Amino acid sequence: MKADPVKAGAGVKTYVRPMGSWWLRNPFYRWYMLRELSCAFITAYALILLRGLMSLTEGREAFDAWRGSLGSPWAVGFHVIALLMVTYHAWTWFKVMPKTLPFVSIAGRRLSDRTIIALGLAAACAASILVFLAVFLNAPQAPP
Amino acid sequence: MSAPAHRTITIECLRYHPATDSRPRQQSYEVPFTDDMSVLQGLQHVKDHIDGSLTFRWSCRMAICGSCGMMLNGQPVLACETFLRDLYPGPVRVEPLSHFPIIRDLVIDQTDFLRKLESIKPYLMPAEDRPVASGTFLQTPEQMDEYYQFSQCINCLLCYAACPEYGLNPAFTGPAALALLQRYNADSRDAGTAERMPIVNAEDGAWGCTLVGYCSVVCPKAVDPARAVNVNKINSTRDYFRHLLMPR
Repeated sequence: MKADPVKAGAGVKTYVRPMGSWWLRNPFYRWYMLRELSCAFITAYALILLRGLMSLTEGREAFDAWRGSLGSPWAVGFHVIALLMVTYHAWTWFKVMPKTLPFVSIAGRRLSDRTIIALGLAAACAASILVFLAVFLNAPQAPP
Repeated sequence: MSAPAHRTITIECLRYHPATDSRPRQQSYEVPFTDDMSVLQGLQHVKDHIDGSLTFRWSCRMAICGSCGMMLNGQPVLACETFLRDLYPGPVRVEPLSHFPIIRDLVIDQTDFLRKLESIKPYLMPAEDRPVASGTFLQTPEQMDEYYQFSQCINCLLCYAACPEYGLNPAFTGPAALALLQRYNADSRDAGTAERMPIVNAEDGAWGCTLVGYCSVVCPKAVDPARAVNVNKINSTRDYFRHLLMPR
């Protein structure tokens, strides 16, 4: 720790504590930093998906090569971590959602934060299931 | 004290004397306690019986004055509503509120917050002055509900000690001042919103918050300052577009 005394007020000497590695001081801060870090995984996932989309324009061979690259253990490992990260990020996102909204009242009663979080999570789950069904029920059968 | 003390707990206290110390140091005290003793009472025992030089703020002893905020085992709490029995067997690490300059021992310099509190104009600014004879400003329960929880702030500064953004950038207006700003802006009797919006819109206003959210967790009065700050991001955006579309 480095001493960093400053002068404040009417010549009163005070001591300002350094902020180095502040995120290690409290579990709450570590979870917050994980939330922020999860964005990097989500960005990487989006870029990989974008690369696949670009390979579509380059022809079937390029697309098949991209799909093939997704089968490598590294790619599978990354996607498992990315899925965990996006799940955690979604959970934190809905958990803070009430804090970003004005008070919502229905029939004169204020909607509790708990209800708003539950509704958000339910909507996210329903949307995920719909997308999952839409993609996998329409997936072309692999050639024998 | 009603029951005789039958247990002791170690209080590890951060000490700092501006005249003799170049940096804070640790000092441990063995404190006998009963089940009904708060950490504040433990510190008072130290001051009365062990070391009279230990310096800390306190007043009401019942979580309403907001004086005895301090870090206990790294968490910002009111020492008067935290009980030694819950921290047994200890040791209890006691430090002044994080992110504030230390004046002496557990006493922090509140000057920065008091300036910010003053800057948000924490008072009703009615659209027009009315004579007392015309009666009170009436308000429906729904109108009161819009600001009531934000008015419960006791200026204890636990939220600032919980906010790493404030620790990293002391220019950030911070949770309590922005919650109190919202308390007046959301009040139907107030017409001072336009005067307060420059503080909200500033980079060190609502936009300085990255929604860590810990301020709302540690608040002893359920003010939910993170909500007041983040709702003001919507208000600030609306204010921006209003000025863009309808410049004065």
